[in-house]
Amino acid sequence: MPMFDLNGKAALVTGATGGIGGAIARALHAQGATVTLAGTRAEALDELRTALGERVHAIAARMDEPADIERLAKDAEAAMGKIDILVNNAGITRDNISMRMKDEEWDKVLQVNLTGTFKLTRAVMRGMMKRRFGRVINITSIVGVTGNPGQANYAAAKAGLIGMSKSLAQELASRGITVNCVAPGFIATPMTDVLSDEQKKAILGRVPSGRLGTPEEIAAGVVYLSSEEAAYVTGQTLHINGGMAMI
Amino acid sequence: MSDIAERVKKIVVEHLGVEAAQVKEDAKFIDDLGADSLDTVELVMAFEEEFGIEIPDDAAEKIQTVGDAIGFIKGNAKS
Ligand SMILES: NC(=O)c1ccc[n+]([C@@H]2O[C@H](COP(=O)([O-])OP(=O)(O)OC[C@H]3O[C@@H](n4cnc5c(N)ncnc54)[C@H](OP(=O)(O)O)[C@@H]3O)[C@@H](O)[C@H]2O)c1
Repeated sequence: MPMFDLNGKAALVTGATGGIGGAIARALHAQGATVTLAGTRAEALDELRTALGERVHAIAARMDEPADIERLAKDAEAAMGKIDILVNNAGITRDNISMRMKDEEWDKVLQVNLTGTFKLTRAVMRGMMKRRFGRVINITSIVGVTGNPGQANYAAAKAGLIGMSKSLAQELASRGITVNCVAPGFIATPMTDVLSDEQKKAILGRVPSGRLGTPEEIAAGVVYLSSEEAAYVTGQTLHINGGMAMI
Repeated sequence: MSDIAERVKKIVVEHLGVEAAQVKEDAKFIDDLGADSLDTVELVMAFEEEFGIEIPDDAAEKIQTVGDAIGFIKGNAKS
């Protein structure tokens, strides 16, 4: 049997309408998993669902709405019969230097990136515990480890995900559930497309590989951590960043 | 009603892998039956399923012995 086979597995991917989330959903699906796509934009969800064909469900839900999160967990489990793999990938930035950062900018980023992730994971955990199997993969960021000027809120949320993951990993290891993070460096997505050539050049100067990463390269890490083969890997952060930071 | 006690004890035996003789009504899940905190959460989940009831978190925290569980379920079970 080829490695990293996900036939028969059920995955829920948040932020599936985004650059990286879309690639993660496609990759898990290509390995044989049934996938539930989550995002806020219904048309974008429908588009990806149609593109993927069979074994796909889509649910619109906001990660800053507790009621939405509860509904998402319940409906995804009902649609697929179970959730084996949870990829918490939905995330936002509201950059500003700290002196000028508004309460709303801080709160929103923490709410979507960290609090929403905890609440969804808590809601999904129950079924995983019962079935003695689970793979939780949280998409954090290089800046959660290195920091980044203008991103105090975002870096705090992403660092928070790492500490949360290590705690959950210890709580759940005895039940066959692993909890890990994937930390992308600079990845070519609509989010980074908006940067000017000059900004991109400055960033690339710090990347030994000399190029931006692709969403598919992040998805490959997620596939690995989702697999049976990765059963002994938990509480870890897999950095995929072209050598931008070696930690 | 004693049926409830039997069903509760059966779940405890299965979940914690202990001898039926150990599962006395005054036995504490954590101190006497070797459960960890996650086991107690799972036991509550199993009771909810078996008896078709909801055990709210504040009630679950008070269920520390086999007898506590039987008592709560007797007071709240539909069947
Ligand atoms: N791109 C990078 O270089 C990079 C680097 C490090 C880490 N990351 C992380 O990778 C993840 C994906 O990033 P990306 O580059 O793919 O970004 P993206 O294209 O902007 O996608 C973000 C996704 O999050 C969803 N989302 C945003 N706010 C939401 C909310 N309130 N409720 C529910 N969903 C919400 C969006 O859904 P809708 O569009 O449907 O609203 C979208 O699917 C993020 O966690 C990001 O922090 C990215």
